Amino acid sequence: MLRRHFLIAALVLATPSKADVGGDAAKGEALFRQCSGCHEVGQGARDRIGPHLNNIFDRAAGAAEGYRYSAGLERAANGGLVWSYETLDDFIENPRRLVSNTRMSFRGFPEQQDRDDLLAYLRQFSASPGDIPEAAPTAAAVDHEVAPEVLAIIGDPAYGEYLSGECTSCHQANGATSGIPSITNWPTKDFVIVMHAYKDGVRAHPVMQMMAGRLSNEEIAALAAYFESIE
Amino acid sequence: MTFNRRAFLGSAAMTAGLLAAPMVSAQGKPRVVVIGGGVGGATAARYIAKDSGGAIDVTLIEPTRTYYTCFFSNLYLGGFRDMQSLAHSYGTLAAEYGINVVHDWAVGVDRDAKTVTLAGGGNLSYDRLILSPGIDFIEGAVAGWDMSSQNAMPHAYKAGSQTELLKAQIMAMPQGGTYAMVAPPNPYRCPPGPYERVSMVAHTLKQINPTAKILIADPKEKFSKQGLFEEGWNDHYAGMIERVGPDFGGADVAVDPEAMTLSIDGDVNDVDVCNVIPAMKAGRIAEIAGITDGNWAPVNAADMSSKVDANIHVLGDAAAQGDMPKSGFSANSQAKVCANAVRGALTGATVFPARFANTCWSLIDTDNGVKVGATYEATEEKIAKVDGFVSQTGESDDLRAATYQESVGWYDGIVADMFG
Repeated sequence: MLRRHFLIAALVLATPSKADVGGDAAKGEALFRQCSGCHEVGQGARDRIGPHLNNIFDRAAGAAEGYRYSAGLERAANGGLVWSYETLDDFIENPRRLVSNTRMSFRGFPEQQDRDDLLAYLRQFSASPGDIPEAAPTAAAVDHEVAPEVLAIIGDPAYGEYLSGECTSCHQANGATSGIPSITNWPTKDFVIVMHAYKDGVRAHPVMQMMAGRLSNEEIAALAAYFESIE
Repeated sequence: MTFNRRAFLGSAAMTAGLLAAPMVSAQGKPRVVVIGGGVGGATAARYIAKDSGGAIDVTLIEPTRTYYTCFFSNLYLGGFRDMQSLAHSYGTLAAEYGINVVHDWAVGVDRDAKTVTLAGGGNLSYDRLILSPGIDFIEGAVAGWDMSSQNAMPHAYKAGSQTELLKAQIMAMPQGGTYAMVAPPNPYRCPPGPYERVSMVAHTLKQINPTAKILIADPKEKFSKQGLFEEGWNDHYAGMIERVGPDFGGADVAVDPEAMTLSIDGDVNDVDVCNVIPAMKAGRIAEIAGITDGNWAPVNAADMSSKVDANIHVLGDAAAQGDMPKSGFSANSQAKVCANAVRGALTGATVFPARFANTCWSLIDTDNGVKVGATYEATEEKIAKVDGFVSQTGESDDLRAATYQESVGWYDGIVADMFG
């Protein structure tokens, strides 16, 4: 608590620069692997399952152009939430405490040092465009190989809606999360790749391996089309 | 065999029809009546109403205004949930999905006239009837116990006041006292349920009454997730739990609710709490409708329709469907297949192939969850298992904690899927 107040004061007093945020950006980069399943940051970063995080500092919440936010985050944005060191610190400590009903299904970093390290890392991509290093984009949302012809299948959302009944016994159709991740509004490509990763046994979860294991390529495409479409 | 009864009910329905106008008034729309607002019934009603976009008139008959989920009610016994967190109302189904929710008992079904008679008078016509009545207990299944004994020796196998009574009795046990359970024979609702319950009772007793004992009389050789439970009991509640299987008389039990004794194979045990979970059968209305064969109602796997009457579908615990366990997850899965088939029959909506799944999570101790699950398909004969998995013994603490967190998420998910 004290430490956090100190950090905030330091931020207010000093011109922000990498050294001032109190964390270790290298450690933060390692921690970011827990985020990179959904978020990209750095040159060429795009919205994936979550919005890209370039220039996240001082950005109004819910402002990444083209990204479809959850109703919860839209509500927070309408309430004037702006991403500062303090609000980001609060958010990544426990996302749903700050923004109830956010689709971000991440338990949070309970340790202040972890949050400081992570924010130090993210801070590098925010101060000004010139700070963004000429490095490869961080890991894409998913790294499983799926054949282009499988990715090219256009799913039937009506069939997907029927099949979705198998998903909504656990995953909530309104995108709310509490121990089971949201699967709404994903880019269809990410959805398809993730489902194939379960089907092929690359991702480990036994329930998902079982559910995905008997879905055909067309059925996975249909589900992706449906879940991409619902609000 | 039901001719006399049906004839009587039919005339009673006609008489009542003269006295009270039917609740369903929409003209020309196909009508679906759902009996039972548990997992199967609520899910089916919601999916038919939602996916038909108002083209089908849906009535849900459920006597209680507040539904307490059986799933997670053991966690209330363990102190992990309060009763309010298990309580759900039908308000959203009525207000947002346009479902006609009738809080009454269905007491008769006239299959020829296609009407349902309500205890409060009146009757409802249907084009398709969905029965999801859950379970009732078989009279005389446990010697010395009948429904009038349930205050002294609760079953707590329908959640709500029975669960609260059982918890109060556990909390009032004398130090070093004995909690006894008479476990049910197969098939029954929630195969891991009695053993998750033992775990949760042990968790509570370990804190408030560590010298207490738990005695299980069990008519079954084996039970669901047995290796996982026995490992957990050994690791977390060593020396507290004794299970007497059929080899040692676990199937030969009698109780005396006044004397508070449990006899196993003639040996009389004084007990402080006696949780009697008798053998089960389909909820009574299935038998009244004349669609049962033995204790359960046989169904066709492709659409959950009764093998006796094509205009009636049976969901969840009451159905004899094949390989799926009697669980809330199963009922939810079956309800969606049924809803799709009913929409197809009544409005010509596309009917997709049936597919079913089930997963059952159980909690053994704090942050120690396990699960078992399978997928199923419809064959001519039955719902047949395709593939499955079960948690392993010796799993890491992190995995067990993640499994528990997942079960909490599943609870919110399935409740949203049932009630909107």
